[in-house]
Amino acid sequence: MIIPHRVYNYLSNLGTPKILMNIKMKVGLFIPCYVDQFYPNAAIATLQLLEKMGLDVSYPPNQTCCGQPMANSGFEHLTAGCNKLFVQNFKQFDYIVAPSGSCVLHIKEHIHTSNHEDDKNISNKIYELTEFLTDVLKVTTLSANFPYKVGLHQSCHGQRGLHLAQMSELVAAPYSKPQRLLNMVQNLEMINLKRKDECCGFGGTFCVAEEAVSAKMGKDRVADHENNGAEYITGVDLSCLMHLEGILKRKNSKTKVIHIAEILNAS
Amino acid sequence: MIQTPKDHATLADDFNIDEKRVGWHDDTLWWIREKRDKIAWQVPDWELLRDAASNIKDHVLSNLNPYLLQFEANAIANGITVHWAANAAEHNQIVLNILRSKEINKLVKSKSMLTEECHLNDFLADNGVDVIDSDLGERIVQLAEEPPSHIVLPCIHKKKEEIGELFHKHLGTPQGNSDPQLLTEAARHHLRETFLSRKATVTGINFAVAETGEFVVCTNEGNADMGAHLADVHIACMGIEKIIPERKDLGVFLRLLARSATGQPITTYSSHFKKPRENQEMHIILVDNGRTKQLGRADFRNSLKCIRCGACMNTCPVYRRSGGHSYHYAITGPIGAILAPNLDMEKYADLPFASTLCGSCTNVCPVKIDIHQQLYKWRQVIVQNGYAPKAKALSMKMMAFTLSSPFAYHAAGKMGRIVLKYAPFTVNNKFNPWYKQRDMPDVPTASFGEWYQKNRNNNEQ
Repeated sequence: MIIPHRVYNYLSNLGTPKILMNIKMKVGLFIPCYVDQFYPNAAIATLQLLEKMGLDVSYPPNQTCCGQPMANSGFEHLTAGCNKLFVQNFKQFDYIVAPSGSCVLHIKEHIHTSNHEDDKNISNKIYELTEFLTDVLKVTTLSANFPYKVGLHQSCHGQRGLHLAQMSELVAAPYSKPQRLLNMVQNLEMINLKRKDECCGFGGTFCVAEEAVSAKMGKDRVADHENNGAEYITGVDLSCLMHLEGILKRKNSKTKVIHIAEILNAS
Repeated sequence: MIQTPKDHATLADDFNIDEKRVGWHDDTLWWIREKRDKIAWQVPDWELLRDAASNIKDHVLSNLNPYLLQFEANAIANGITVHWAANAAEHNQIVLNILRSKEINKLVKSKSMLTEECHLNDFLADNGVDVIDSDLGERIVQLAEEPPSHIVLPCIHKKKEEIGELFHKHLGTPQGNSDPQLLTEAARHHLRETFLSRKATVTGINFAVAETGEFVVCTNEGNADMGAHLADVHIACMGIEKIIPERKDLGVFLRLLARSATGQPITTYSSHFKKPRENQEMHIILVDNGRTKQLGRADFRNSLKCIRCGACMNTCPVYRRSGGHSYHYAITGPIGAILAPNLDMEKYADLPFASTLCGSCTNVCPVKIDIHQQLYKWRQVIVQNGYAPKAKALSMKMMAFTLSSPFAYHAAGKMGRIVLKYAPFTVNNKFNPWYKQRDMPDVPTASFGEWYQKNRNNNEQ
């Protein structure tokens, strides 16, 4: 039995025990291209974490990329192939979950094929991992243990685009979905940042097209975490973390980056 | 003030040669952003106020024609002469004609980004009119023969020591003295003399009230008032989008403007000008200069809601680290990057790309312009109009091909990892901008896709 996500949300809001509904919920795992190629451990952690929740998770092997690298460079008109492939790969699932705020936001806002029903359907059921754990699974406890000092990098697309966390620009009540989950991890110590939601400067092709500014932004972000004693910088987007890691490694810093899925799945 | 042909990335590179200075520039502007946050939080209805401002401006943009005509009629009834200028050249010519009719060849000007946009100073100088900017920041960049680098804080890129040097050279202050009080005092005397001797003044307009035909000019230094009160001729210049329907709307905009701009509760002077005093001439120039064209672009029209507070600059992590001059346009920062391509898409094709699309600008904007969404949309328009570099267009086509085919993607991924692993020098060299200040990630032995195939045999795909 497949429970469509609307029905699921309805039942969930009625307080139906999660486990009764989760068992047959089919989740399509969307692993962004650079995560697939460079950070398989974050993808494995995402898969294992979702499996632990009792979900039926599968990874469609023919997936490639959300098309964002082209679109953000002004070549959205070249993303038709990516869009078509995405719908083919993920149409049949109840939910699509990805360990990336940026790629999810791109699909949500810009997927565009000849079939608008398909587009709408995909946009409505795609979730970034921490958003899925918080809003759909309504996770309240985790068995994870991570005895380190951690700084949270609020990736902009997840934060300001998907509203994973309140932004400092708005006069509005604070909240943070990634932070709420990190608070459930045993022995994890959060560090405070001087600028809690400043962009890291990755920005897709911006990181090479505007190398000087991009690198300076990354250095400043890294310094904020280091100055406040972070042993790990975590976040929902490996694109940001890859950029920060590049800077950390160049200066032989002791601080490392780690995707949030790996912390939430750590034992 | 010759426009340089360098693009944003190159100018930003130049700005970043002195990294410590970039840090100073960033901290200075971030401090203003934080001041803005503190004072915004003191207004419990801040977000509602932003909604109200945005709605009023949307309404004005949808009814621009009747409001402009209402404003004109009321202004004329108040004894003001109203001029219409289709573009920068017409605007500049109107100012010159007014001055010539009065045989005036010296002018004092308070801050007006519109006159910067129209390059009025250069035009008047070419026509033998001497212009002195009376806003302190503007006067400083004028002495340095540079354009402003910020719309509210024109000389924010200059350190006080550099201003001390400039003042020593031009105003005769003691060499090596950069005491802000001394320098301000010197500027004050210098400008006081200017105010007393100039017969004509040009001011900008922050808000033009259709209901009454009056206009409001906001300054912190009172320099617009000094100019206007002493001069026989007051010329006020405004873009046609500066209209607000009623006086009461000022209760929304004046509360937002200074808080967003500098974190002050209100500008020191919010001066209302309604009619000329006896024996004074008052002119208003209503300028289009591309605004109606922008109004016709569905995706970009609401950029005309801008009240020129500069909050998007202060918050922009790129602007803070590339400096205002890297935008090579009168209006700098994120808002400039969505306004400039409307005027010249080819010349300003680089600006919408000078952003990480982080979205901070959109959320700090007091009139809720979707700035980062417009940056994204301008990128599409610029590429579709053929202003993307050819090499980039080719690489994007290759990328699109690879990512549209699972086979090509897997082959390329594998190949890429093999190259990185066994021939890292092909990537780790000075031709790769990533590698200049960053290392490449470690290369895993297998992609996640490969791992999954091995470890999850029950895969139904």
